[in-house]
Amino acid sequence: MEQLTQQLVNGIMLGCLYALIAVGYTMVYGIIELINFAFGELFMFGAFICIALTSSEISLFGSMVGMPQISFFLAVIVSMLVVGLLGVAMERLAYRPLRNAPRLAALISAIGMSIFLQNLAQSVFGSQQIKFPDIPVFTDSAGMAKAVTVLGAQVTYLQLFVVVVTVVAMILLSLFVNRTRLGRAMRASAQDKRTAALMGVNVNGIIAVTFLIGSAMGALAGGLYGAVYHFARPDMGFVPGLKAFIAAVLGGIGNIPGAFLGGLLLGMVESLGAAYIPGGSQYRDAIAFVILILILSFKPTGLLGSPVSEKA
Amino acid sequence: MSGPVESTGGKMLELQQVHTYYGSIHALKGISLYIDRGEIVTLIGANGAGKSTTLNTISGVLRPRSGSIAYEGTELTKVPAYHTVKLGLSQSPEGRRIFPRMSVKENLEMGAYSRRGQELKEDFQRVYDLFPVLLERQSQPGGTLSGGEQQMLAMGRALMARPKLLMLDEPSMGLAPMLVEKIFEIIQEINQQGTTILLVEQNAHAALEVSDRGYVLETGSIVLSDTSQALLVSPLVREAYLGGA
Repeated sequence: MEQLTQQLVNGIMLGCLYALIAVGYTMVYGIIELINFAFGELFMFGAFICIALTSSEISLFGSMVGMPQISFFLAVIVSMLVVGLLGVAMERLAYRPLRNAPRLAALISAIGMSIFLQNLAQSVFGSQQIKFPDIPVFTDSAGMAKAVTVLGAQVTYLQLFVVVVTVVAMILLSLFVNRTRLGRAMRASAQDKRTAALMGVNVNGIIAVTFLIGSAMGALAGGLYGAVYHFARPDMGFVPGLKAFIAAVLGGIGNIPGAFLGGLLLGMVESLGAAYIPGGSQYRDAIAFVILILILSFKPTGLLGSPVSEKA
Repeated sequence: MSGPVESTGGKMLELQQVHTYYGSIHALKGISLYIDRGEIVTLIGANGAGKSTTLNTISGVLRPRSGSIAYEGTELTKVPAYHTVKLGLSQSPEGRRIFPRMSVKENLEMGAYSRRGQELKEDFQRVYDLFPVLLERQSQPGGTLSGGEQQMLAMGRALMARPKLLMLDEPSMGLAPMLVEKIFEIIQEINQQGTTILLVEQNAHAALEVSDRGYVLETGSIVLSDTSQALLVSPLVREAYLGGA
């Protein structure tokens, strides 16, 4: 029982992180039908920028540079802004020129972008893993994570923080998409770009906003992930990026509540699978891909997705 | 057959020698036409004659390779599509192009997208007065409406921009005869409320009945232009577009 609750807690937290990245995948797919594989790398940059800003010094291009050592919360916000703008620049340079090209071209461009960003991180931060500084609010004087016990499971303050932040971000995002003028323009552009333009929507601007939000969410996930697992590394975004893509497909790509649901389910299945399947922890990653194959075989529209043919 | 109630007169829109291509296909071969304020002008012609291409070139969805489009003192060929609606030009596009997963109300709100921060109550009222069925359906997704209802929604959506010039692309397409009659009545009503209208139609007879002037398009060129009364009795039009005799 205790183990079950503990695994569920871990799974929910992991699922929240997947969900935050999955939102970017799903929003961008919804509007330009592109799987932006570089979200995993934006996630990684989110973690690095958080480490850089919260440390007293960091190695940049091989030489130590003094750093402002600001609070973790402020660092997350700054990294969301910086990575958000990086996402906008990425769309402008790597995807917009290919907007009317065959879809495969844009997909290959996304993979290229992903490799480029990984290499960029390697040359800026080095290829070694670097340590995430302890966050005072979440750590006691002995350097241990502060935690509460819920139904026998240890829940760290940081885990609680991840869940709360994710839920709040998801609620704000749904309100934005469903209740605001800009959100309405985003949905209209996703359904019919040409007609949206006729209504006065600057569709390129809307696409840029979509990348800004999706990338900032990825950076948020990266900062939190780095804090939870105490590290950042240039290749750290690859697997979580793929998992988030699976979460988006599981929930129904193009659907924001679906991304949240898909992320949570994937996180929990993975945690429980690793704990209860004999020798399961070695197959952690395989579990996610088995889910992907099953979903694509039996319900390719995902749990909450609508049939693709729905066009008037 | 009705003229505008009050014609303030003067050219609102003028196309001169407009050439538009789809890749290497020469779709508009030097179109020149004009619309005066307060008029209903119709473009008639067969499928593929270039009627919709003309509308899409005016609204900026397509770019002409050469020629000029002057609208109220602005050269439209340099204006991005999303900006033309701010200048008072709105379009009910061919095939209606309703946002299928947005409610009727949201579709109408999208029509008023260019009027940021303005009060829309009166505009909703006006659209619901013209098309009462839209009020009944206001929270239903646009994609679930019938063809006729979608047509009304497309027209209502275009009206929400408070256009000075309303461009209607095949408003009668696919509608039951009773509805066709109703749609043309509403077009006249909108015009009498002060909106200039450019109407593209395959239903040449009905279009000429309600309009002031008309242009006949054939394979990308204007072959005839006159008052609608004159076109209704012109042998060429009767032969080709009004089913002979």
